[in-house]
Formats: sequence, structure tokens, C-alpha cells
Amino acid sequence: MVGFQKWRRSESAQGLFLISPTLGFALLLLAVPLIMVVALSFWTQDYLTLDRTFTTANYQTAWTEPMYQYLMARSLKISIFVTAVTVLVAYPVAYFISFHVVPKRKAMWIFLITIPFWTSYLMRIFLWKVILGYNGVINGTLTGFGIIDEPLSFILYNQNAVVITLAHAWIPFAILPIFVALERVDRSLIEAAEDLGDSGIRRFFRVTLPLSMPGVIAATIIVFIPTIGDYVTPRLVGGPNGLMISNMIELQFKKANNAPLGAALAISAMGIVTFFALVFLWMNRKYVRGPS
Amino acid sequence: MRGKIGFFKWFIGFFLLFLYGPAILLPVFAFNASSIVSFPLSGFTTEWFSVLLTNGTLHVAARNSLLIAVTTAIFSTLLAVLAARASTRFSFFGRRSIMGFVMLPMVLPEIIIGVSLLVVIIQMGFELSLWSITMGHILICTPFCIAILSSAFMNLDKSLEEASFDLGQTRWNTFWLVIFPLVMPGIVASLLIAFTISLDEFIIAFFLAGTEPTLPVYIWGQLRFPAKLPGLMALGTVLLLVSIGLLLIADFFRRRGIRKTGIENTGGFL
Amino acid sequence: MTQPIIRLSGLDKFYGEFQALSQIDLDIQTGEFFSLLGPSGCGKTTLLRAIAGFETLSSGSLHIDGVSMEGVPANKRPTNMVFQSYAIFPHMSVAENIAYGLKARKLPKAEIKASVAEAINMVGLEGFDDRASHALSGGQRQRVALARALVLKPRVLLLDEPLSALDKKLREQMQSELRRLQRAVGITFVLVTHDQEEALTMSDRIAVMFDGKIEQVASPQILYGKPSTRKVAAFIGMMNFLDAKVLTTSGDNLEVEVQSLGKLTLPLEQATGGLDGCNSVGVRPEMLTILMGSQTSEREIEAEVTEVYYYGDMTYYDVKLPAKEDPITVTMRNTAGREVLEVGAKARVGWSTSSLLLLK
Repeated sequence: MVGFQKWRRSESAQGLFLISPTLGFALLLLAVPLIMVVALSFWTQDYLTLDRTFTTANYQTAWTEPMYQYLMARSLKISIFVTAVTVLVAYPVAYFISFHVVPKRKAMWIFLITIPFWTSYLMRIFLWKVILGYNGVINGTLTGFGIIDEPLSFILYNQNAVVITLAHAWIPFAILPIFVALERVDRSLIEAAEDLGDSGIRRFFRVTLPLSMPGVIAATIIVFIPTIGDYVTPRLVGGPNGLMISNMIELQFKKANNAPLGAALAISAMGIVTFFALVFLWMNRKYVRGPS
Repeated sequence: MRGKIGFFKWFIGFFLLFLYGPAILLPVFAFNASSIVSFPLSGFTTEWFSVLLTNGTLHVAARNSLLIAVTTAIFSTLLAVLAARASTRFSFFGRRSIMGFVMLPMVLPEIIIGVSLLVVIIQMGFELSLWSITMGHILICTPFCIAILSSAFMNLDKSLEEASFDLGQTRWNTFWLVIFPLVMPGIVASLLIAFTISLDEFIIAFFLAGTEPTLPVYIWGQLRFPAKLPGLMALGTVLLLVSIGLLLIADFFRRRGIRKTGIENTGGFL
Repeated sequence: MTQPIIRLSGLDKFYGEFQALSQIDLDIQTGEFFSLLGPSGCGKTTLLRAIAGFETLSSGSLHIDGVSMEGVPANKRPTNMVFQSYAIFPHMSVAENIAYGLKARKLPKAEIKASVAEAINMVGLEGFDDRASHALSGGQRQRVALARALVLKPRVLLLDEPLSALDKKLREQMQSELRRLQRAVGITFVLVTHDQEEALTMSDRIAVMFDGKIEQVASPQILYGKPSTRKVAAFIGMMNFLDAKVLTTSGDNLEVEVQSLGKLTLPLEQATGGLDGCNSVGVRPEMLTILMGSQTSEREIEAEVTEVYYYGDMTYYDVKLPAKEDPITVTMRNTAGREVLEVGAKARVGWSTSSLLLLK
């Protein structure tokens, strides 16, 4: 009893006690539902009832049916492409803010970059449709100036449109971690590299980039994971060829009424995403440690 | 050197155009007289804003969204205060894994959260309602609130607490006299961020919405009707202004907090 | 002797496997300026925080004013603390900070106001009452921290490295001010510091700590002049060490064989820490002289200058003695007519048996 009393006053007990509501909430609304999704993915939907005998049939369908394979591959391709574009655009912007903006104005610039993110999510996607469309802003301007005769058709209702829209949506989330990483780069290290005879570009690749790599990896993961789960952007601007796996998951849960298959697809997608995220993290560790 | 700066200027210029393109178009079409959302523009009108005032379904959706956003803001901030305080002040068994788990919704695709909550609610035999959306929103907002509040609690010098205690105050009073006033700006920022995220959240809301729509779910339904689009542009403009207003307030409080604790400003949140 | 204000006995503190304090026995007298001195990580701050009530003891007892402090939380102890970071409440003014503890005692408003005004006067912050605390300089913050603690008239004031955040000049000024303040209020001060000079100039007594243990408790003069162990001697000031071996003891005298110096007879009292395990002789650099011209000394030895450090008022010489590998240091005051020797010069080093300490 004395031991328990003592434990109750200990740091560990106080900390656990304090965090228990938050943890309980997350267990109830995250862990339990995730476990149920896993369970569901091994069951079968029989019209309105659920057959709860264990089966891997859903996974077999999810992994062997060409349509799902194709959708999964396309989703991955689009997500990787979006991630690459986003990070490649984000890096110079973050670099500019960190290295070329006076310290007093940095906070303002960061604020400036996050503002468009607070436009209504659906509205933003829809407006891209307006910008990229047949009579949209880009085509209107280009034909208006006589640069092109026929409106460009390769920018709406296809994968390019999805990439542009998603990149736009996630770029603030990519800039922030890279910016933070660049801010942490000790400026005297870059001066040291210069002093030791490195040119501007060599200096960047040998000092600045490696030191900001954790930010790049964080940005990659932050962008990559949610883009796989987005079903709104492909639906609005993707056209039939721009649909992604999330659209299929949504379809299975809602209209097709095959929740177990949807669950199997969702779990598979999550597994693949996790795998890629782990690969990024592993690459980061390799990169930071350097070739040995 | 000159060439490099020149390149940057062009690059940043294009980038800002890309970034702000949609946000600039929003008010442009909201005040455009034509009922077709495309160029060329045909004249100035405030008609679309007045349409908003008389749209009953919209008002119901807006009220639902406000209700959800306020509830979400309060509860996720409460949960986040507990978690942030626990993780910054105490070292306890499994702290890292517990915090990692609580922060997980931040990196989980939203569709997964939507799907899993849907499954639980259906399996448990509950009805989809505004409550189910609220629960989902609290789940995804809490990590953002924890991120903001952790830095607020971390900036708090532990010896301030000890000093208060040493000077004869009780733990309870120490919390209200010292800790709470100093993290107050963080709490305000957390409330506003959670409110803003919830107000705009669609993916989870769409999965968990029953018969009562939230604002984004309502917008989604209207996007199919070309005649409704100018009205949506007006609505979007209003929402954007509200969001920016709230963010400016949140940032103001965050800065004040930084000033109060006398720590150097390190940039924006998130 | 009156009852000590603080009595620690058999005090242990463990953090998991790590023992931060071991078997601390210590009495601190009423009205003393007492310092805990030691390198960082030696447990001195842990000991101070244990007295304040921020660390629970693993075993042993702590009495303040004859009352056991077991189970007494920090806010009920008759001690107050000046924190290393000063812990000035950033959202309160100077006056609000100082009134904080008085308000906790629920004293009448008028009384609080009078006490605060008095405390502000005492630390010389007149006119700063309403100043926001983040607009204060380091020295001013420290004064607020002092006033805030002293206004409660504690039995003991605990100070955790209070001067470490200040620059050298301000530090020296605050040293004399702290000493003056302590004499004026008559409260027992317990100060933690890693700066030996600070401890020596301010304290009535000092406890030197290493690795969670108290090595020696003594007045500054004794600590410097008669350190009881080689560790203390090396930590406080500079000390040259020579290997030594006790050959025989006869009455009050010791026969000792010392490296380079040969066989000597020393009085027993020069083995300051007792005879057990004595294996070296220590001598302060200022106790040695470089003899010039016809100068003589009780004893002298031939040496060679290996390095010269010129400090203006002083010159430090590293000199090599025969039969000792490492050079020893000799400090000389640069008085009129004394020439500074060069590296490689031969020197006659004068010394006396009375300046040698036999240490373990």
C-alpha cells in the first residue's frame, strides 16, 4: 500500500494520469476503429448482412483484380509525382525565405504562404477547374493573346490536373519543414565551406542540402501520405483517367455497399503508404549518416 | 550573384501567382455579374452575396458547421492541454509511444480515419449524426492543438512553477496564477486553429454525415449545379475572410505569448 | 553551541541506479553565509533542491530549525529560493513579483504594500515598481528575485548559482552586495556555486563536494591554507604536487621522503587530512620564490624555467625540478627591480618546510 501511495505521487503516475483522457479518446476513436477495419477486411458482405467467417478473399480481390492493381499503381504514381513536384518547388521557396529574406520579415512570409491554404478546400479544387478548363483562365489568356489557336486540352480532366491541384494544396506543408530545417543550418558552416574553397553550388550540395535533408524527408512524408487518401481532387479535376484508389475505397463503402472489400483496399493502401514512408525514413538515415 | 537573385525573383513571383491564383479568383467571380463562372468577366454585382442571406439550407448547414467547429475547438484543445502538459512536464512510462500514437491522425490519410469511424459507428448500431462528425474532427484536430500547445508549455521555464511553489502557493493556485496566464495565448491559438480546420473539413464529414450536412458537404452537393456556382464563390469569399481573420487573431495571440515569456520569435505556427 | 538551522544526516538521493547524493551529514549554523562548492554534476544543486523541498530524499533526514522536513512540501518550508534563471514571473511587474509570496499568505493589502516597498528599497530598485519584468537587465532581475524571496523573511535563503548569468564586472559587484545584504538581514544564506573565487570571497564556511559526497567543510582560510585532501587542494586555487612517502613517525614529527626535495622532517599537523594513505606533498605556487642574486631562503633547489606567463602584476613560471618529469608552477609578484626570467634560464627556487602539506 505504501508502495502504491509512493507511486501515485511519482512523476510517471502523474504524467500517465494527466494524459489518460487524451490517450483514452485516441484509443477509442482511433485504435478500436482501425482494429475493426482490419477485422472487417477479413469478413464478407452478404447483401445487408455481414458474414463473419474469416476469409482472405477480399485481399485476393484487392491484389489480383487488374482494375484494383491498376488503380493502386496509378495512385502511387500520381502521389509520388505530386510529392516530387511539391518538394522540388518547395525547396527553393523555403531556401529563399531562409536565406534571402531579412529575419524580421520571415514570419510574415511564412504567414503569406499559409494563407491560400485556408481557402475552402473544395472551393480551391473547383477553382483549379476554372483555371485549367477549356474556357478557363489559362486557355482564355493564351487564346486572347493569340499565342495558341486551340485551347490546350492536356491540363484538365487528367492526371496532370490532379498533380497541379494536389501540389498546390500541399505546398505550404512542404515549405514549412524545409524552412525550419534550413533555419537550423548553422550559417558559419556554410562560411567554413566557402573558406575551405567550395564554390556556391558545391557548397550547397555538400553542406546546405545534406543538413536540411531531415526537413526534405519530413516534407516528403507529410505530402505523400495524405495525397494517397484524397478522393475529392481526382473526382473534381481528374476525369475518368485521373481517378485514384481512394475513389474506389469511397465507392465500395458508399454506393457499391461492399465495405469489407473497401476495408481490404484501405488496409492495403495504408500498408503500401507505410512501406514507402519507412523507405523514405530509412533513406534519410542513410543519407544523414553518409556513405560509409 | 546577380543572376542568382534574378532567378529567385522570377521563381518566387511565379510561385506566388500559382499559390494565390485560386484565392484571387474567388472574389473576382463572387462579384462577377454573369451566372457562368468563366472569363470574360461581365460586370460588378453583389447579387450573389444577397442570395446567401436568403438560402435556408445553407443557413442550416452553416449552423451545423459552427456547432461542430465550436465543440471540436473546445474538446480538442482540452485534450491537447492535458497531453501537452503531460508530455512536456512529466517523464512517464511509454511517453514517446503514447505521444506518437496520439499524434498519429496528423499523418494518417483522412480517408482511413473516415472509413474506420464509419465502420465502428455502423457496427455499433449508432446513427450517423453531427456527433459522429464532431468525434472525427476532434480526433484530427487534437494533434494540431498538441503541436501548438506543446511549444507553449515547453517555453515555460519549469523554475517559474517551482518559484511559485517555493513562495508558498499551492499547486492549484500555481496553475491558475502562473501557468495558465502564460500558456493562454497558446490556448487561444489552439482553439482558433481547431475551429478553422473543422469548419473546412470535408473528407471525414462526407463519410460521417447523416441527414444533416455541414457547410463543406453542402458545397459539395451544390458544385454539380452550374447555376449555384456564383453563390458558392460568394460563400467561399466570406469563408476565406473569416479564416484569415481568425488566423490573424491566432497569430496575434501567439506573438503576444512569445513576447510575454520573453522568448525570441521563431516564425509562424504549424 | 546553539542548535543548527539546518541539520542533514545520512542523506542519500538516487535517480534510478545513479546516486546523486551519498551519506551527506552537514550542520549549517544560524546566520551563516554557507556555500556548497563543487564541479558541475557533483550534487550540490540536488542538495540545495532537497533542502528547498523540490527533491525527495531516498533516505536520511533533514531538519530545519529542529523540525523534520519529511513530508513537508516546498510551499510549507521556512526556506525561499533564488533560482539560477531567477524565475521572475514574466507576466507580472516588479512589485507584483515581490508581492507574490505575501499574497499567498493572504496578508492585508496595506501590509503587503509596505513590505514590498521596503524590499524594493533594500535591493535598490526604487522607482522600478511598475516596470514589466521582461524589460529588466540581468542584474535587476536578480535583485527582484532576491527581494521576492527575502520579503517573506525566510529562516534560510537558498541561492542556486545566482551570479552565473551575469558578466564578470556585475558579478563582482553583486558578490559584495550579497554579502552586505546577508549581514544586514541576518538570514542564513546557502549558496550553490562552481566558482571557487565566489565561494571564497563571500562565505563564512564552504562545503566542497565531489561525486555526491562532501569532501571537506571549513572556512575559506582553512580550505585554502589547509585543505584536507589532494582533491580539494587541486580544486581550490593552484597547487603543485610532489610524490611523497612517510618513512617514520616519532612523537609530533614525521620523517618524509619527497620527490626532488629529499628526506625531510615535518610536524604532524602538516598532514592536514590525517596520516592514512598520504602519498603526496602539496605546495602553493606563491609559497615558492625564485631567488635572485644574493637572496637566500630556508631551503633552495636548482631548476630550469620551461615556460613564462606574464600577467602584468604577476609572472607565472613553469620550472622543471631534477627528478620530476612535469614542471611545477611558481608565481612571483613583479616588484620593482625584479627581472622576468626567460625560457631556458636556470633558477634557484626557494622554499620552506612549513609551506608543505602532506596530502592523500
